[in-house]
Amino acid sequence: MTDKPADKLLGNDEAGVFALLFWTAVACLLIVAKTQDPAMEIHAWFGLVASVAGAFALIVHASERRGTPPDEIGGKPNYHMGPVKLATALGAFWGVVGFAAGLFIALQMTFPALNLDLPWTTFGRLRPVHTSAVIFAFGGNVLIATSFYVVQRTCRARLAGGMWPWLVVWGYNAFIVIAASGYVLGVTQSKEYAEPEWYADLWLTIVWVIYLLVFLGTLWKRKEPHIYVANWFFLAFIVTIAMLHVVNNLAIPVSLTSSKSYIVWAGVQDAMTQWWYGHNAVGFFLTAGFLGIMYYFIPKRAERPVYSYRLSIIHFWSLIFLYIWAGPHHLHYTSVPQWAQTLGMTFSIMLWMPSWGGMINGIMTLSGAWDRLRTDPVLRMMVVSVAFYGMATFEGPLMSIRAVNSLSHYTDWTIGHVHSGALGWVGFISFGAIYCLVPWLWEKKRLYSLRAVEWHFWIATIGIVLYITAMWVAGIMQGLMWRAYTELGFLEYSFVESIDAMFPYYLIRALGGALFVIGSLIMVWNLWMTARHGEPAEEAAPRTLAAQPAE
Amino acid sequence: MWEKHRAFERNSIFLTVGILIVVSIGGLVELVPNFYLKSTIEDVEGMRPYTPLELKGRNIYIREGCYNCHSQQIRVLRDEVDRYGHYSLAAESMYDHPFQWGSKRTGPDLARVGGKYSDEWHRDHLIDPQSVVPSSIMPAYPFLADAPITGREIQRSLEIHQRLGVPYSDEMVENAAVDVFAQASPDHPAAADFAERYPGVAVRAFDGDPRRVTEMDALIAYMQMLGTLVDFDLYDGQADINLR
Repeated sequence: MTDKPADKLLGNDEAGVFALLFWTAVACLLIVAKTQDPAMEIHAWFGLVASVAGAFALIVHASERRGTPPDEIGGKPNYHMGPVKLATALGAFWGVVGFAAGLFIALQMTFPALNLDLPWTTFGRLRPVHTSAVIFAFGGNVLIATSFYVVQRTCRARLAGGMWPWLVVWGYNAFIVIAASGYVLGVTQSKEYAEPEWYADLWLTIVWVIYLLVFLGTLWKRKEPHIYVANWFFLAFIVTIAMLHVVNNLAIPVSLTSSKSYIVWAGVQDAMTQWWYGHNAVGFFLTAGFLGIMYYFIPKRAERPVYSYRLSIIHFWSLIFLYIWAGPHHLHYTSVPQWAQTLGMTFSIMLWMPSWGGMINGIMTLSGAWDRLRTDPVLRMMVVSVAFYGMATFEGPLMSIRAVNSLSHYTDWTIGHVHSGALGWVGFISFGAIYCLVPWLWEKKRLYSLRAVEWHFWIATIGIVLYITAMWVAGIMQGLMWRAYTELGFLEYSFVESIDAMFPYYLIRALGGALFVIGSLIMVWNLWMTARHGEPAEEAAPRTLAAQPAE
Repeated sequence: MWEKHRAFERNSIFLTVGILIVVSIGGLVELVPNFYLKSTIEDVEGMRPYTPLELKGRNIYIREGCYNCHSQQIRVLRDEVDRYGHYSLAAESMYDHPFQWGSKRTGPDLARVGGKYSDEWHRDHLIDPQSVVPSSIMPAYPFLADAPITGREIQRSLEIHQRLGVPYSDEMVENAAVDVFAQASPDHPAAADFAERYPGVAVRAFDGDPRRVTEMDALIAYMQMLGTLVDFDLYDGQADINLR
């Protein structure tokens, strides 16, 4: 794939990336010339500059390098870690951005003056910035980094596709920039967790297909007879997200030079499609992908094999089969048919079992290494994340029961539930993986400071506890106030009284969020010091002849 | 049995196809019937497509992310019906591309907010929410009152809806760029034609200023029609068809 005949400047992979960037630049140029839509113009300029810069960097890189990086050096795989490093660093960066955005909008709910009366800074526009930044920017970069790392190590093969993995990472992050800047400018489809407009969706589809091909291509090159369990989860995540993304975002743009489109689905059908997508963004992006991380990084860090191979098979297939059905529990008591609601609830409750099967498989992997929980804060972070996963996947089925949902739906209880999963499970397993990856990738003996990891762990944990307990109280209080009747049969509270009652809890939530942000800043400092000043590893991994990153 | 699983572990294509089949089943069973079952596609008297101005308003509602804090879906629960009005019907969002049911009530449900408050109240509330609801935590949207509406893209918007099955007549599509102004300016030369195309629809200066049509006009026009189309004195919730 990376063959470069002496007389040609570009290898096949490089020529392919160049062609994609070239045509992207041409399309952006045409849009810049013709559009009357200010937001579209900004995005087309961004696309033009980014693709020209990418193509330029590619040419410079191709002309400077000698030969192509071999798949193996001295019988050892010559891993391609450049894109992994980049995605890891970007993951940490976007994490801080996304958490800080969350803190800001939490403060807006406490002190509405912070909306600043400007179009670009209202809660309505910034909330998707927060959700997309944490789910797609932070989570997505961590998933790309870990999946590219794990698939190489467990296949003992160099990442497939030569230059294409670089395109996956940069292209994905370009999507993030377009999405987030779009929300601020008022460009949104209004479908939760699928807000980016048609052109961003189209670009993401291209990047995602390449991601799938790079991942599969690496599996095809493997030196191991079996595909390791973590890769099943990564593969299910990539394949299913592609399916969900395409169906949920089907839309007709007003014109090719307009940022506005109309979703082809309407009303009930759109609601069903949206929550089929929405719940499985949780199931496959935030669960299956991160379970892939769990199945590699916990055994690796604990130096123990996965607790049960059979349990992982059952866990995998039952989880992906059941998750897809759970969407309608977001639509209890609505205009969606009751049979669909009941199916959604039933499968959500069944989902409890594979979820806990996975939790048991993760936590019991520590059998014989429990003492490490005292001495290794990174491992502790990952184990606590699996514990949060267990808690959130118990709470989820509980909230999917129609009667419970009648109280919890539309309230802050849902927000609390999401954050025990997002901060506790996704956040902590990501931090754990990043703490493992940075010394490995930058070839350091160990993290710069384990004490700083301890601080991060405890500050963030206290933050999470404050956050979710505040939201439990707030949510249940809202639900009860909305349905309270006086003895004469009138509604007891006006809506605004329920808002007034929220103030202390919103304040505590913001405090919890602030602690989580502080923890993540400690992490970034620690990672920076590790990469810059960490003690070099004695036994350097095989040095790559490869290619300097085409940054 | 465990031996047989090796086929998936040793062949990435088997694994990929296996995943695709397993994750398709639930979606197919839950999504597809909603496109032909009576309860989800029934027609209810009174439903009509949005006027061009209302559609503009709806797009502003989407642009500003109102759905992040306001639902438009009244559940079949006693307190919700008492607080907000008749529970929402599937038909009431049949022309909504995309739907706006929301998932969170930081503020109240808006499915039937139409007609509950005056235009002036909405204008004051959008410019400075705390001026009418002192402890409101809603952001202020003063800039809407200064943003003039353009006719750009509105005709094409109706055309797309028409192609997706929303019953706009060709005449409605052709005149969309005029109608968007006519509805908010009673003295507009096309106001009479507009009233003929959209019978029974309110024509007035929603933001109180008939001289110019702003985003404030559009948003208030949209909010004032929300949930008002179906006449629930005539709708029989106990009819056989509605008791499934």
